Amino acid sequence: MYKVAIIGAGITGSAIARELSKYENLEVLLIEKDVDVGWGATKANTGIIHPGHEEDPGSHPLRAELCVRGNRLWHDWAVEMDIPLKWPGELMIANDEEELDTLKKYRDIGRKNGVPELRIVGREELWVLEPQVNQEAEFALWAPTAGVIAPWEAVIALVENAVENGVKTHLNTTVEDICVEDGKIVSIVTEKSEIEVDIVINAAGLFADKVSKMIGVGDFEITPRRGQYFLFDEDVDEKPDKLIHPTPTEKTKGVYAVQTVEGNLMLGPTAEDLDRESKDERSTSKEGLDFIWEHSKNLLKELPSRKRISKTFAGLRPEPPGGRYRIESYGDIFGFVNVAGIRSPGLTAAPAIAHKVKDILFKDLNIDLVEKEDWKPEREGITRLSNLSDRKKQKKIEENSDYGRVVCMCKGVTEAEVLEAVERIIKVGGKVTLDSVKFRTLALFGFCQGSYCRAKIAETISEQLEVPIWDIEVRGEGTEYGIGDVKVLQCSEEER
Amino acid sequence: MKDGYDCVVIGAGAAGIAAAVKCEELGLDVLMIESKERLGGIPLQCTHPGFGNFYYDENLTGAEFAERLLDRFEKDKVEYMTEAHVSSIGYVSHLKKKVEVINPSGLFSLDTKTVIYSTGARERHRFETGIQGDRLSGVYTAGEAQTLMDIYGVMPGERVVVVGSGDIGLIMARRFALENAEVVGVIEMQPFPGGLTRNVVQCLHDFDILLHTQKIVKEIRGQKRVEEVVTADVDEELEVMPNSEEIIECDTVALATGLVPYTKILDEMEAEVIMDPVTRGPKVDENLETSVPGIFAAGNVLTINDYVDFAAYQGENAAESARIFVENDGMPSKDWIEVKRGRNVRSVVPQYISGCREVTLNIRVKKPEPAVDVMIRETDERIRTTSVNPGEMLRLNISEEALVGLENKMTLEVER
Repeated sequence: MYKVAIIGAGITGSAIARELSKYENLEVLLIEKDVDVGWGATKANTGIIHPGHEEDPGSHPLRAELCVRGNRLWHDWAVEMDIPLKWPGELMIANDEEELDTLKKYRDIGRKNGVPELRIVGREELWVLEPQVNQEAEFALWAPTAGVIAPWEAVIALVENAVENGVKTHLNTTVEDICVEDGKIVSIVTEKSEIEVDIVINAAGLFADKVSKMIGVGDFEITPRRGQYFLFDEDVDEKPDKLIHPTPTEKTKGVYAVQTVEGNLMLGPTAEDLDRESKDERSTSKEGLDFIWEHSKNLLKELPSRKRISKTFAGLRPEPPGGRYRIESYGDIFGFVNVAGIRSPGLTAAPAIAHKVKDILFKDLNIDLVEKEDWKPEREGITRLSNLSDRKKQKKIEENSDYGRVVCMCKGVTEAEVLEAVERIIKVGGKVTLDSVKFRTLALFGFCQGSYCRAKIAETISEQLEVPIWDIEVRGEGTEYGIGDVKVLQCSEEER
Repeated sequence: MKDGYDCVVIGAGAAGIAAAVKCEELGLDVLMIESKERLGGIPLQCTHPGFGNFYYDENLTGAEFAERLLDRFEKDKVEYMTEAHVSSIGYVSHLKKKVEVINPSGLFSLDTKTVIYSTGARERHRFETGIQGDRLSGVYTAGEAQTLMDIYGVMPGERVVVVGSGDIGLIMARRFALENAEVVGVIEMQPFPGGLTRNVVQCLHDFDILLHTQKIVKEIRGQKRVEEVVTADVDEELEVMPNSEEIIECDTVALATGLVPYTKILDEMEAEVIMDPVTRGPKVDENLETSVPGIFAAGNVLTINDYVDFAAYQGENAAESARIFVENDGMPSKDWIEVKRGRNVRSVVPQYISGCREVTLNIRVKKPEPAVDVMIRETDERIRTTSVNPGEMLRLNISEEALVGLENKMTLEVER
């Protein structure tokens, strides 16, 4: 029996946890510093399952291979784990002959990587494929195998499935040190305890450099690259069906116009390199958003009114030196596996990365993997009443009248769904916060952004957990919804 | 529950309750639908006075006002559903609409001849106002803060910046002060306060709260909870002045940056309800009928009202119209005159009038002006007002005589 600690419950760590949950001679722990899963680089991500024609096999063979394999694997993973995933296809657009050469270059890369169905289309076909595209566009590279997913939903599904198959989680837990004796990993130290482990898998995203330094291997730095986004209401007319983006540069795939899996128009991201210490800097800026706005004009025929903004947000992506993935074990320290520097196309590659990590355990660490007989690939997603037929809705309400209590009017989310989310959060060892409920139910995601329903949802949670509403956290300690009873400031310091 | 109704009223705030009561009194088969557990709407959470000055000729608190309306509602035994969410309105035919409802007893599909849509407004959120920075706890819309304090008994924070000096901002600044919170300022981008003069005096001056005009909040900053906001000065065109940034320390930001009619279900209707891009509510005629026959709008979903009384009047107006619709199998045919916006007129509701009866116009101006005339350009009719300001909606009764001679167009303007 090997005890495996995976550090980081982002898309990479969660995919690895799910993959390793198949084996009965592995006892898997998933450790995450945040109070819920997928809140690091994963959360604020464009959510694209890339076809693989943007990864040059000459300079980045590993990225190219994992991207193309990951794209295929997501088909099965989405079905098995009930993850909302659409395959709209993607258009890389070009405005002139010079950019046409770039399209050809990417088409050829795609061919080398074995990406199917790639072809260059002229303006007539382009307009039929996507009527919302900028009318200046002359050509496009059409990649029908591109998909779109909500990355946090994917992570939640992976972790729920992993936990169902025996993986243990330690959320809200920061790894402080890793202990090595006689060239072997013996334990990890967190702020709460020391845990004996045999194998450590470093999937710490932005902080993978810090974790790697704990045992002195892999002298590399991860730089945070900020990406800002606009999200618009789902009923804006200007949203495209296909993913649209410009010809990429070395640094970034550029600003995308995306219809998210929930049907909102999303524009972004920027690619702003921050200094290495700024790994919590998730603020938006006028400059960043103006940049996206200007670049989006090249993608779409028309942009929606800014009055229709649902929200703006920013995320950080981990950028490794040379853009290189480090997925490797080390001969001199048994049990340490780096899965570091997982930048774009990390979301796409995640299932393939998980397979590769399993291969490393088998081939490099010589662990004989024994499959569980009762391993369950399926996971059922949370109930979304608004997606059900009327007959099913009626049945649900008859079974539980809370399915008839709509708490979030914009998204039609019911009290029962909020309570189901609470139960699911507790099951994966997470902390019940307004954000963790939001990412599961989609309540608070609508165009009122919670101004009407956030108090009601907090009340529902507070009754379920039997804690006062003011102690309900938005997203972890220090983010409490209120400061106390409404009369709290009328009391003297001592009375408080 | 009946098989069919003359009128289904959606949303039991001031406009909706007044409409439902009036419908009942006019002898219509009416059903009131409310999404919350209780009838009453937003007035329920308003502990301050300023309600009922016109409608009841008394100065009541919001909760008292709601109670008065509900007394009549109960006395008339109006049929209602609570915790009932309308998921769609279907236009089956001229005389038949289907209202789909979900509530804890199940799904209901209700047939009705008319609908009075009175769902109120939502608050503009931070992302619409362009405030950048970090996503933190401690940021509330003013109405959310009010709900927390006066429905749930929760204190949001201790050191508060209020953004926006409309009535809601002013009232919430005072509400925070009354609970001993430190209100460090009310930030307003215009050169003048957005709310009623009486509220500026009673909510700010009486509590020594500073109003900062021609300032915006550019950014909200902090680690977990709000720690500070960055303000900047703006000029008359609302452009940010260079190097005017200042930092205000606070733990709470209450956003009172305006209301937007909550038209979701109307927007989703297959039959198109035409919206007014300025009010962001449906375009209506003097019967408060939208572009879809038999669908009427009243209250803040129609246009943002300064006084709850006006919302209630609109509810009654819509109920009268529903009666006419039911009795005549539709509204009598008319040639509608479009009301055009001329000088210093930002919005007018209704957008269409018949010209053959007295009408009340709800008008908002773009900028304040002293002693001006509101004038109908085509007929040279003038109505003297003391002064106009964007924070106070003008409610003008235009007599039938004043409308004589109008053909297909009427332009309303403010003349100095």
